[in-house]
Amino acid sequence: MANGFQIVVCASIVPDPLQTLEPAAGANGPGLKNEMMLPAVLDPWAAAGLYEAANLAAKQAGSKVYLVSLGPKAKLQQVMMTVAQKVPFELVAVDGPLGGFTDAQATAAALAEAIAAIPGLERERMLLFGGWESASRGAGVTMQVVGERLGVTDQFQGVDQITVDADGSFEVLERVEGGKHQVSVCAGAPAVLGWATGSLPEPRNNPQVGMANMRGVMPALQKAKSVKLDANGLSYVSVSLPKQQRETRLVKDMPEDEIAREIVAWIEE
Amino acid sequence: MASTTVSKVGAMLTLPGDAVRQILWRFSDRFDLQMLVQSARAVARGPVARMVAAGERNTHEWTPAKAEMMETFDRAGITAAFMEPEEGGFISGPKNLALALAAFELAWVDGGAATASLAGFLALAPIHERGTAEQSAHYMALAAPPREGEERKTMRGAFALTEPIPYVGVDTGMLSGRVRVAEWKDGEEPMLQVEKRGRFITNIACANFATAAVDSGDARIKGSCVIILEETDEGTFDRGTPTKKLVHQLSSTGDPIFSLKVPANRIVGGYVVKDGVIVPNYTHSEVIEAVFRRTRVTVGVMTSAKLLSAVEPVIRYQRGRFRGAESIKEGSLRYDQGIQQREDALQRLVDVWASGEASASLGFAAARLFDELDPLERLKAALMVERGVSGSRAEMKALKESETKALELLNGNLTEERRAELEADTLVQFVLKDAAANVLCPATKLWNTGEGTRQMREAVSLMGGYGITEDCPGYLANKWMDAQLEATYEGPEAVQRRQLTITMTSELFLAQFRGWIKEMRGIASERPGTGACTLATAMTMWLWTLNYTQKGKDADGNKLYHGQRQGVTFALADALCWLLAVRCQILDVQELEARGGDDAVVSEGLAETLQFFSDLCHTQSARASGEVSRICAELVYGYNRHPAWDAEGHKACFLSEELDEYEGFIPGILSVATDVVSEGMHPVKAGPCAGCAGSADFLRLQNKLATCLTGSRLAKDRAAETVLKVMIPEALDYPA
Repeated sequence: MANGFQIVVCASIVPDPLQTLEPAAGANGPGLKNEMMLPAVLDPWAAAGLYEAANLAAKQAGSKVYLVSLGPKAKLQQVMMTVAQKVPFELVAVDGPLGGFTDAQATAAALAEAIAAIPGLERERMLLFGGWESASRGAGVTMQVVGERLGVTDQFQGVDQITVDADGSFEVLERVEGGKHQVSVCAGAPAVLGWATGSLPEPRNNPQVGMANMRGVMPALQKAKSVKLDANGLSYVSVSLPKQQRETRLVKDMPEDEIAREIVAWIEE
Repeated sequence: MASTTVSKVGAMLTLPGDAVRQILWRFSDRFDLQMLVQSARAVARGPVARMVAAGERNTHEWTPAKAEMMETFDRAGITAAFMEPEEGGFISGPKNLALALAAFELAWVDGGAATASLAGFLALAPIHERGTAEQSAHYMALAAPPREGEERKTMRGAFALTEPIPYVGVDTGMLSGRVRVAEWKDGEEPMLQVEKRGRFITNIACANFATAAVDSGDARIKGSCVIILEETDEGTFDRGTPTKKLVHQLSSTGDPIFSLKVPANRIVGGYVVKDGVIVPNYTHSEVIEAVFRRTRVTVGVMTSAKLLSAVEPVIRYQRGRFRGAESIKEGSLRYDQGIQQREDALQRLVDVWASGEASASLGFAAARLFDELDPLERLKAALMVERGVSGSRAEMKALKESETKALELLNGNLTEERRAELEADTLVQFVLKDAAANVLCPATKLWNTGEGTRQMREAVSLMGGYGITEDCPGYLANKWMDAQLEATYEGPEAVQRRQLTITMTSELFLAQFRGWIKEMRGIASERPGTGACTLATAMTMWLWTLNYTQKGKDADGNKLYHGQRQGVTFALADALCWLLAVRCQILDVQELEARGGDDAVVSEGLAETLQFFSDLCHTQSARASGEVSRICAELVYGYNRHPAWDAEGHKACFLSEELDEYEGFIPGILSVATDVVSEGMHPVKAGPCAGCAGSADFLRLQNKLATCLTGSRLAKDRAAETVLKVMIPEALDYPA
């Protein structure tokens, strides 16, 4: 790959999963109780995409990572104090509403517009990364629509691995049923990759990386374009948290063979 | 006057998050500090918490896991937080607030981890504060974690001051460690032989160098100094046996023995040779004074973190206390509120929370003050050199004029021009901030750790039997014990009180204190619900009592305020700390009110948050006022001898037959007279009621203070409602 990739990672922010998440009806539809006040984190699926992007950029000379994030900029700023310490990137902030109940079409349109406006972005070098799922309400279509709007039709979802060849083509492992991966080979950028968990651990915080990123993060937040997301006729009849399921049994002194048999039987069900 | 209106604002919605803290503690515009906080938090609630959960505190030995913790600090930027960017750090300028924030985050989980990080800074601090440029450049660079591509290990240090009994400990002025001339060849650097035994030396297990305080044992060396010893120096660098401490076990503590030959250029701050004698540029006392006045603040902040970290686990435990019982149905009050159904549980936690907020406010205010003072101190030092002033006595004399100007600035009715002139005067600003810092530092160390330990006991008790188990979420019992060490190391409570005895009576401090009383009245008139008015009255009472004791004598004619009379001086020091802490707490809440609306995150639910924090201030102000009132009353009355039923005492009594006569022209006197003697019989009590010279003024103040408490319990009730209703996370974000 001669000039490297321009990797654009779309990543929203979600409430810290340890927080109490209680659906609440707001003026603009459903949301979470006190959501603005809850500590937020980068959506874990998209975060996996960010770390994979940084890893790929480090291996492919001339590559660059952009992080495109839509959310209230005050919340984005708080999250950046951690995320910016992880890996080098350039932030493109879009000041918009918080929450997992926005319309995916409207969100995708705002993201696509922000990406299209990135100065110097070359579509033929662009890899569009994001989360396959979301820790808030995953619509399951946002990344596909962003790709379509930007004219990127090579799309992969549930990605766990990308391996780039010298000619710029790459092999992608996508999750399929049965714990297996589908192997695809793509001729090269541009492409959309919606990441599952990838295989990289969360990088440690490194304030030196953070200070370098911050030179761009703060100006990006200051000039973040404000967007309103149209509901496009979307409405929610009801919202509820998934019920907790507890199927734990306490059994004493069960022989190992019997435990193994039970597990196999459960898998075969 | 205290608030009498009942607020219509509801309970605070969630526990205060980062955005609120950043405004309260004034680092919302410092993203370098915000990143440090996040980084230190990730280490504390990740690797450190897992170490504690895995039982790493159960050994005094230095283990591979503890060594790994130090490496984790390096990777997370905690070690580099002390350094300038050119030395490998990432924060420019003064770092007192930065180090306090990092220590706060680490101590949120474990005090030993915080101490381990601080001990390295403590070892470097003598070099940083008083070292020569070469010493500073050399050791700071080596103590910074290696940069990318650099092949070296981080150099770690230990500060070796304390020695085996009988000397260094409470009194750091006396040293047994000795330095002598080993070799001194013409035209060459003298070689020195250092003999030093340490006691309770932190970080010694992993230290590659030590900054050791020693006294001269040789006529060719004048006085004491701090000297740098390296593990590779010729001789013995024995780390000694680990101290069997019951607390802070993640940090290493030991009793090392040093017998080393080192070049004289290791004397911190360098030396000059006068008449064939090596004269260190700084005595060990001058070095440690510069060091401790900064690092002690950080220790105080560590205890604040413990208190605030206790809030969430206690609420979760108390709410869920009865869940799981067959008879407790989901949705019932007992299921939802658990122990929180009881007012006492709520109000006791309010006290813990209020103390935590007050101590954090005091600690961070002190840290910020030192950040302002640091550059002024360097400018002052440069000005003194420029004016040819050297030595601490000469400097004190030279600063007298600035002190007079500072008093003029504080007290005088000045023209705008004169005010601007004095405000722009570096030395005036230095003496003002120095006088305040000389009080805030020991106050933080003394009050945060002392009252913090008492309140940690309360927090443990709120968890019932669970509180004193290793399984207790938030490790509260560990924190309770750890707090006791924080009250002791880096100068125990008596040392802090002794320092306050001197610094709190400085005219410059007292002039500022008078201004703070006015400031509190001003805040009270704008925002009555914070308890600022109550505080102002308590501050006035403290000032009155200080004045009274400084002039007054006891029943035997001895002076009340005297260096050796710690029953008076230490008590007043204790009382002052309560007042200073609440003042800082109130100022923080005022800042939140002023700036909270500009932050989109904070503005959500700002009214409720402000109300809760104001109620905590009011609660704490009432508690502080109660303490001050008690202490002051004891001092004002307690040194008078109580009248007895003797001839002298009877002079102040009525005779019953006299009273019968008086009743004729003073109707009702019979019902109010208490000390009445009749046929040699007196009332059943210790003696005639006591009076006291000047007591009318004091009683007026005390009476006023009592009425100023109006509304404080209403505030506590409202705060308790937040404790009952505030939304908390589903689970603690670190393992127990």
